[in-house]
Amino acid sequence: MAEHDTGESHRSQAKSIVGASPLSQVLLAAAAPLGAFLFSLIASAIVLIAAGGNPLEAVADMLTHASKLEVQVSMINRATPLYISGVAAAIGFKMNLFNIGVEGQYRMAAIFAAYVGGAVVLPSVLHIGLIVLAAMVIGGLWGGLAGLLYTHRGVNEVIGTIMLNGVALGVIAWLVRRWQAEGAITEVGVGTEPIADSGLLPNLNFIPELFGDLRANEELTGVLVIAIIVGIAYYLLLNRTVFGYDLRASGLNPFAARAGGVPPRKMALTAMLLSGSVAGLVGLAEIFDKGRYDPNFVGFLGFNGIAVALLGRNNPVGIAVGALLWAFLDATSDILQVTQTAPKEIIDIMRGIILLTVVIGYEVVRRVRERTEAARTAARLAEATP
Amino acid sequence: MALAIELSGVTKRFPGVVANDKVDLAVETGEIHAICGENGAGKSTLMKILFGMQNPDEGTVRVHGEEVQFSSPADAIGRGIGMVHQHFMLADQLNVLENVILGAEPLASFGRIDFKAAKKHLRKVGEAYGLDVDPHDLVESLEVGERQRVEIIKVLYRGAKILILDEPTAVLVPHEVDELFRNMRELKAAGETILFIDHKLDEVLEIADTITVLRQGRTVATVKPTAVSSGDLAEMMVGAELPTPQTSRSTVTTEVALSISGLTVLDEDNRRVVDDVDLEVRRGEIVGLAGVEGNGQTELVGAIIGTQPTASGSIRLLNVEIADQTVRKRRNAGVGYIPQDRQQEGLLLFAPLWENAALGHQTKPPFANGRWFDRFGARERTEAIRGWFDVRTPDIEVTANALSGGNQQKLIVGRELTAKPKVLIAAHPTRGIDVGAQAAVWDDIRAARAEGMGTLLISADLEELIGLSDTIVVIHKGKLTATVDPASITARQLGSYMTGTDQDLPQPTHAGKTADNRNREDSTARDNG
Repeated sequence: MAEHDTGESHRSQAKSIVGASPLSQVLLAAAAPLGAFLFSLIASAIVLIAAGGNPLEAVADMLTHASKLEVQVSMINRATPLYISGVAAAIGFKMNLFNIGVEGQYRMAAIFAAYVGGAVVLPSVLHIGLIVLAAMVIGGLWGGLAGLLYTHRGVNEVIGTIMLNGVALGVIAWLVRRWQAEGAITEVGVGTEPIADSGLLPNLNFIPELFGDLRANEELTGVLVIAIIVGIAYYLLLNRTVFGYDLRASGLNPFAARAGGVPPRKMALTAMLLSGSVAGLVGLAEIFDKGRYDPNFVGFLGFNGIAVALLGRNNPVGIAVGALLWAFLDATSDILQVTQTAPKEIIDIMRGIILLTVVIGYEVVRRVRERTEAARTAARLAEATP
Repeated sequence: MALAIELSGVTKRFPGVVANDKVDLAVETGEIHAICGENGAGKSTLMKILFGMQNPDEGTVRVHGEEVQFSSPADAIGRGIGMVHQHFMLADQLNVLENVILGAEPLASFGRIDFKAAKKHLRKVGEAYGLDVDPHDLVESLEVGERQRVEIIKVLYRGAKILILDEPTAVLVPHEVDELFRNMRELKAAGETILFIDHKLDEVLEIADTITVLRQGRTVATVKPTAVSSGDLAEMMVGAELPTPQTSRSTVTTEVALSISGLTVLDEDNRRVVDDVDLEVRRGEIVGLAGVEGNGQTELVGAIIGTQPTASGSIRLLNVEIADQTVRKRRNAGVGYIPQDRQQEGLLLFAPLWENAALGHQTKPPFANGRWFDRFGARERTEAIRGWFDVRTPDIEVTANALSGGNQQKLIVGRELTAKPKVLIAAHPTRGIDVGAQAAVWDDIRAARAEGMGTLLISADLEELIGLSDTIVVIHKGKLTATVDPASITARQLGSYMTGTDQDLPQPTHAGKTADNRNREDSTARDNG
């Protein structure tokens, strides 16, 4: 029997959007981040003008700076840990778990991985492998702890991970102070024992050197390879495995997933373990660069990773674009200080505006898409049932 | 006596249904007026209209003789109407006084809350109506009956002269019900008008001064309790004419597909929401579970699927114990499931149809290839479901929320039936869908039954229950109270079993093996003859 509830009046208006082409679908998907970027450019320009600066000059400075090879290498170096951090956050997001604890997870992982790496000397492949493994295990444990608190004690994962961030920072500060007191000061200062050369991941300088000469001390981090592997693994796991299906189903509708046989506790715990072990990899670039963990270890990669995951909508390619954008703003903000065309803080303002507008933009796009899809379905049915 | 409330010709339509169809209702000042009706009879909609939560499409509402148009509950409260919802709206962490004044706080200077005045007013209200509560008790520490009293006081505190109680006894144990009725009589003595919804007919007969029965959105009758028996009321609620069962050939076999024994489920307060249930579904049989909603159906279904922890009892699927297995194991062993709320438990609304078609079956071919999700196989199966079950959609890439309710339901039915389950748990499989889709779903279930699938059908739709079932069991307060033959049951009997009033009935056949077998023979005889 036919359904006649698609009324005559809907038909004409729906026809105009019937058969939304693949191209327009892509444009729609890109509309939110592009629009947000443009909007934040305009808004920051207004802020700059109000502060007495010249936005055009500032942008010109940033772009000239970004055309240099070493700045591009530095951009990729900055984007690499951000990308891994973004994927770590995205794994949680996909299940509606807000892992705010990437920050603490990667720092805990970094200090222990550096410690383990500095304690042994092994053949290169094993040594590097051990450090990577240690980072993943510690990160996973720290994330899993928040997961356990959530599944078995009902501690909201946001609260749990924030608290564990605090605990992680405290543990690290305590360790560093103890080393200091014990006089464990190596020739380069307070920190873990330096990792022997066998434990350091080789750089990828041969790639940028194809395009020109690199300055001395400039390196393209080898962790880029790990980041690419993480991205591919993330895509495959999420979209091509039953586990990934379970994870996404739980995030989309936990009740339906449970009725469909997905164990909610086990999924939440696994997701936190997984998210944490990926987070453990975030600090690797710095470890392999410095060869140790020291009190000046880079911070805020976890929180910026959350921003990058939001920007990229938890999509492996989207997160990469977000990480590169964040790194571009980072790498080029330095030049503003040199040329004095604009205060460096304008970059933070821009980031904030981008994030806010992108979140709003995605919601608008989602609504538009939902409406067109419903209309398209209704229109097709109206055609099918005369 | 003057009329407190007068509704005339009130009609309210929702897409696809008429919830209230020219309803007339006259409530006299100072009386206790009961509204009875089956689920879906339109009671709740009517109350929402009275309390300003919904606007009628047609008809007039008069309060104390004056025509009113409420645009929000605030308007209704302004007219002296108060409502006590079935699900309490109290803040557990606040005390009684704070809860009562919440949203109507008396203010002292500098915007401070004048607790002294509030307490005085609360005490006055309590004394006037004989309602006894300690204003300093934390709501968290109160019993269910006491919480309800707080809700009533909350309404009285705001000066209500007309009280609407939405199924007030549903959450209470018997002695709490007595206490509630004592309170209601005192309220009445103090001049309040009470309008309450209930479908426990003995209770209605005990407390009400006047009873109005609704059925399918219409007023069936307004009667005095002295003039009717509970059997009469039951018949009014269900309707004198029951649908006639389909005379299709019986496919019932002797092989038991699903066997439940001694199954008990406890709720948070350790009440037995499913109480020692024994139930058998044979291959090729459809067992209909009749009952007023909230009598343990949802928990029983959850216990079979595995989402609801059980206190005791055994659940066997083709003679294999599954009560301690995970949901996934049970589903893979052949338990199909059509949830009562398709959007809440059945679909991933923002995922494409082919991902929805895999839900619940994602670990098996064609959806899985080992640990890998088989996107090609999933799409192919979804296309097949779309064709076989007539799911109307432009393609299978659209998200599930783009489909109409009927097509969403056909997708779920298709998903479950193509997996060839041994047993199907179908909870309200045609609720809220159009007639065409409903007939299609019924045909699909019948076809699967003919192939040997056992079905437990939970439904509030009598046409569906009687039309599809080979056997009907009735659940009341978590217990299976009767096993009946859909061909010979009368409306009066069914209504009485469902409402738990069996006083003027022949001794009901209690659920059990012998009764079950006898009914089986009856139905076989009918089918052959």
